[in-house]
Amino acid sequence: MPKRIVYSTQIEYIQCLDEQGKLDEKLVPQGDPSRLSDEQAVFLYGKMIEYRHLDEVAFKLQRSGRMYTYPQNKGQEAAALGAGAALRVGVDYLVPCYRENAALFLHGLDPKYILLHWAGDERGNAIPQRDKHGEQGVNCTPIAIPIGTQMLHATGMAWAYKLRKEDKVVATFFGDGATSEGDFHEAMNFATVFNVPCVFICQNNHWAISVPRDQQMNSETVAQKGIAYGAHCVQVDGNDLFGMYKVVLEARERARNGGGVTLIEAITYRLADHTTADDARRYRSEAEVESWRGKDPVIRLRKYLEGQGLWNDAKQKETLDKAEAWTKKIVDEVLNYPAPHRNEMFDHLFADIPEEQRRQRDTWATHSLGQFPAQIQLGK
Amino acid sequence: MIATTDPTTSHLIAPGTREIQFREALREAMSQEMRRDPRIFLMGEEVAQYNGAYKISQGMLDEFGPKRIIDAPISENGFAGLAVGAAMYGLRPIIEFMSWSFSLVAADQILNNVPKMLYMSGGQWGCPVVFRGNNGAGGQLGSTHSWTVEAMYANVPGLKIAIPSCAADAKGLLTTAIRDSDPVFNLESERMLSDKGPVPEGDYAIPFGVAALRRGTWSGERNSDCTLVSFGRPVNFCIEAADELAKDGIVCDVLDMRTVRPLDIGSIIDSVKRTNRIVVVDQCWPFASIATEVITQVCEKGFDYLDHQPLRVNTEDVPTPYAKNLEAEYLPHKGKIMAAVRKSLGR
Repeated sequence: MPKRIVYSTQIEYIQCLDEQGKLDEKLVPQGDPSRLSDEQAVFLYGKMIEYRHLDEVAFKLQRSGRMYTYPQNKGQEAAALGAGAALRVGVDYLVPCYRENAALFLHGLDPKYILLHWAGDERGNAIPQRDKHGEQGVNCTPIAIPIGTQMLHATGMAWAYKLRKEDKVVATFFGDGATSEGDFHEAMNFATVFNVPCVFICQNNHWAISVPRDQQMNSETVAQKGIAYGAHCVQVDGNDLFGMYKVVLEARERARNGGGVTLIEAITYRLADHTTADDARRYRSEAEVESWRGKDPVIRLRKYLEGQGLWNDAKQKETLDKAEAWTKKIVDEVLNYPAPHRNEMFDHLFADIPEEQRRQRDTWATHSLGQFPAQIQLGK
Repeated sequence: MIATTDPTTSHLIAPGTREIQFREALREAMSQEMRRDPRIFLMGEEVAQYNGAYKISQGMLDEFGPKRIIDAPISENGFAGLAVGAAMYGLRPIIEFMSWSFSLVAADQILNNVPKMLYMSGGQWGCPVVFRGNNGAGGQLGSTHSWTVEAMYANVPGLKIAIPSCAADAKGLLTTAIRDSDPVFNLESERMLSDKGPVPEGDYAIPFGVAALRRGTWSGERNSDCTLVSFGRPVNFCIEAADELAKDGIVCDVLDMRTVRPLDIGSIIDSVKRTNRIVVVDQCWPFASIATEVITQVCEKGFDYLDHQPLRVNTEDVPTPYAKNLEAEYLPHKGKIMAAVRKSLGR
């Protein structure tokens, strides 16, 4: 045959819980392992409320000059929580960018680390590791600010798991903008060629700061970018907790069983600015934002839970009160964190401090003139 | 003062030691370490099936198998980033860049992630990766394939940079690099891969930050006349120049730095105290080069000992020329070095 189709494919879109809070019983039947239990859904809804409250407070801290900058996660909580819930705490590994706070907290990360980081303190990234700190440790890497670099690290970690024959899966998170980076393509290529247990989760919130999705890429979906690499590709409503849980759980099991790499495109929307450094009103229409407010993951999950008789106003108030107290405690700790000693800037540059760095630390004479601590009044 | 070992003895190798090629020395370092430590793997373009573009990894696939000797797709930023992740999870990657020229496309990983991972994670994630490959003009490879990266990369804190000048150091420095808990860039020279020299057979590790005195008298009857400082391939040109100058009764201390980060400035100053003259020979471009750094530190720490302004011999300040004669003229060579030494001595 001189002319024939050599390849064709389709991308599935999954939505289990719609905007009205109605659950598709066919997609996730009662008792199906990929269906979140009501108990889990109630628990995760409570977390969603807590984490959103913390997110709003963090924004206010920045606006009142007490935090350096902050990228709000508002509106994307279901994508992060659904994924987090589908991954095994203390076993699987999270390799995030910066809009997955909810997944990290769910896996045990003390939110003080995130707030410290955005308050401009390196120690916010000194996340204790489970390998070193046991139960106190968390299986997540620091939030990655350069766009996309973490996807390659995740691939390398997953590869290390595979070589060591450990039953672990790595999930890495990134935005739609990061899929324009070479790192994404190189990571997808390596991950699929080496068939490592890695799940790629793109939170497509439609905007790379001010550049809309259709100006970032000519492809119809982000998911289809994975097809070229031979990955399993799926698109899911990222504001649907049930849908996220289902696709990530399936991807996790596929990865564990050597069945291949999955690229998940979670369709979501950030209801706030990219970070506190921009004003989204300058590039997004109010009508667009308003339409997404109607798809808010918090609203639809509450509708569902209320419909099931699992939630009510009293519980809502109780949860909010708890969230406020919880947040206040964290914020108090972060705002009262003692400033690092100036010599700490020399810490952790090398595994063991070399003689030259020790001299620099001890004398502050790095350059010809040097800075003698007493001379420049650097405090303690 | 950094030196903890005497540079006059740190290069001594037992008489009668068998001679092997520079590339064999590199291979021996990797293979011996891989036998010792199952966490180590080698990855790069052409390293496995093809036995290495420059045959450095010849036979390693047969010995260690495809899980430890891995052919990577042409994707430098990709495998550099992969190594970071693997190292974060406890493996000890050796990454071969076919040429350090190709490391430029991996700059975000090797400069923006590798040296900062431990620092930015408050000590939680180390990044013990060895990146190694050919550095410097390889012989008519054209400017895009002839990078010398040491000056540019040495500017970044958090890295160690080793640059061997002979077969023995190729083994000894790479062994230390592999054992190091921090990221190390090992800069090799394509032009030296076939050079033979005596190399100890067993365990052989050279400490970082200790120069080797290749020529000269450290504590002889009379002081040397001039200090020649270099690293990597041009050390050999310094030795040629020193031997030629010796015929005219001019004695040079030739200090081979071995690592530019850390830099054994202590040994340089010790030599300058005796000679009062210094010429730094460097295969990087002159502007903001390693020579610039060495001379700055000599001025900071040993200005009063100088009887002549410090001099440097770099490459010419142009992209590496393609034509054979131009490339030869562009590089530091014996003639230029001898002229610089004579200038500093006024003879």
